[in-house]
Amino acid sequence: MSAISELSSISRRKGPATAEEKRANRRDNKAAYIFLLPWLIGLVAITIGPMIMSLYLSFTDYNLLQPPEWVGLDNFTRMLEDARLHNSLRVTFTYVLVGVPLQLAVALLIALVLDKGLRGLPFYRSIFYLPSLLGGSVAVAILWKQIFGTSGLVNQVLAMFGITGPGWISDPSTSLGSIILLHVWTFGSPMIIFLAGLRQIPNMYYEAAEVDGATTLQKFWRITLPMLSPIIFFNLVLQIIGSFQSFTQAFIVSGGNGGPSDSTMFFTLYLYQKGFGQFDMGYASAMAWFLLVIIGAFTAINFIASKYWVFYDD
Amino acid sequence: MTELQTLQAPEKLPSSGGKTKGKGPQGGSRKRESRGSLAFSRSARIKALAKHAVLIITGGIMIYPLLWMVVSSLRPNELIFREPGLWLNSLELGNYTDGWSALTHPFGHYMLNSAVVVIGSILGNLISCSMAAYAFARLQFSGKKLFFGVMLLTIMLPFHVIIVPQYILFSQIGWVNTFWPLIVPKLLATDAFFVFLMVQFIRGIPKELDEAARIDGAGHPRIFLRVILPLMVPALATTTIFTFIWTWNDFFGALIYLTDPEMFTVPVALRAFVDSQSATSWGSLFAMSIVSLLPVFLVFLFGQRFLIKGIATTGIK
Repeated sequence: MSAISELSSISRRKGPATAEEKRANRRDNKAAYIFLLPWLIGLVAITIGPMIMSLYLSFTDYNLLQPPEWVGLDNFTRMLEDARLHNSLRVTFTYVLVGVPLQLAVALLIALVLDKGLRGLPFYRSIFYLPSLLGGSVAVAILWKQIFGTSGLVNQVLAMFGITGPGWISDPSTSLGSIILLHVWTFGSPMIIFLAGLRQIPNMYYEAAEVDGATTLQKFWRITLPMLSPIIFFNLVLQIIGSFQSFTQAFIVSGGNGGPSDSTMFFTLYLYQKGFGQFDMGYASAMAWFLLVIIGAFTAINFIASKYWVFYDD
Repeated sequence: MTELQTLQAPEKLPSSGGKTKGKGPQGGSRKRESRGSLAFSRSARIKALAKHAVLIITGGIMIYPLLWMVVSSLRPNELIFREPGLWLNSLELGNYTDGWSALTHPFGHYMLNSAVVVIGSILGNLISCSMAAYAFARLQFSGKKLFFGVMLLTIMLPFHVIIVPQYILFSQIGWVNTFWPLIVPKLLATDAFFVFLMVQFIRGIPKELDEAARIDGAGHPRIFLRVILPLMVPALATTTIFTFIWTWNDFFGALIYLTDPEMFTVPVALRAFVDSQSATSWGSLFAMSIVSLLPVFLVFLFGQRFLIKGIATTGIK
């Protein structure tokens, strides 16, 4: 079904090719490569080539002007001592570990409310989904910066209740929280995936549970959650991979410098500053590979842990 | 589909709805359920009402900031910071005319630049992804499983791992400050999400159709163009819509490759606007933000069906 389950099932689908398959194989080979040509060129020139190049650059000192100079593991040892980088990791991890579960929880909650044949479903679905589409734009980041500004919308509303709110964006203790809230606000796309998943749970399970006198909460824990676990897993993997790469919101809200006092200095923002601000391309490449390792590790942990909590019906 | 659900709702809700309340004596005993349908349907109606109330309040909070931005863009600057409400005493269009000409070029220039990039990207994705998808879904070839796996993996590959060398590559062939770095990768099917989406779609098209065409003497190009492509219009529409929105919103790529104001796309222009005006003219900044969101909103309005379907089946954002 999804890209992720497809990937994990590739190794399972094995078997010796029959003679007929082999014949079809030869016949189609040439045509296939012609059809795949743009993708293959892209894979080599835009993806794998640059990956190898980036791996090489991560062991060099390169500023675009002079040729790359081999420095061995220097960039990586620099990373060990770079306090701003450690801070950017802390910021990014907080964003991912708080923002993703929170967003998925809201998405699931609203999906559950929307699920059982409610009148006006398309209308509600649109309202909740719209922010997902706009959330990544510069315009919404600008809006967010204003809403959570010292005299922004949030504080205007608080003032009506006689509360003087802080400068959410300009205060290091709340600035990251404001960006996490922006992430939660875009819960629409996981919500739609949840809705599709909920629709696939056979009603007979619920009917059987009702005959046995199960409460709503029991039905949720014993039927909905286990049946939905592949979808939850899918959303989790996708959102984690995506969130580690968040950039636009932090860039715009912080004015491009990760402030105040680096509290919104996301890893990708720091990478951008190193690579495209200071043209420290070797260091930026090393950071990019580190990011790949982190995301890879998170995805691997997800897959391993999924054996214990993801339930496949078939 | 939805109509069917609403029709079923009154029958379905009492059984599940009555139980959840669990406060009255009816909630506990199951035997009375069929008889006490009047009481149950009332509690079901209350429950539905409560749901609507929750949804309307949550939805209202969700879109309030957007509505407030629209209203603020029509207000004089000094009022924006004093008015949390949505009522307008007078219509101020000055923000739009000011914002439109606040940068080196009129805002329309940046919209046109964005349009060029968007159209190029859409054409690129449609052509290259559908070709690759046809090969993956319909043809047997050596290394198919390996390539397919690699294609799926590239969906999850962080952009940042390749951006530095990509930038070096494109700057060495003199493509910085052109639209090529933003369009060419799409011509080479690097948005693997869409390849996957189309593979899924083609798999759902009956193979008998290809076989019939083959018996009539059609080769792969003809089967692809005459049989498969016309049938995969929904997948192509989904790709078009998502490419439109993503490319229109793309900030990172444009920020890196387009440094000359002449070439700015809308997101980079907006960012330049923030930098140049700082906090002095939120009104015109909001006005141009609204202008920049308008195309996305229109695409959303007309393409909803495809957007929802595309997300539900493949999980694209």
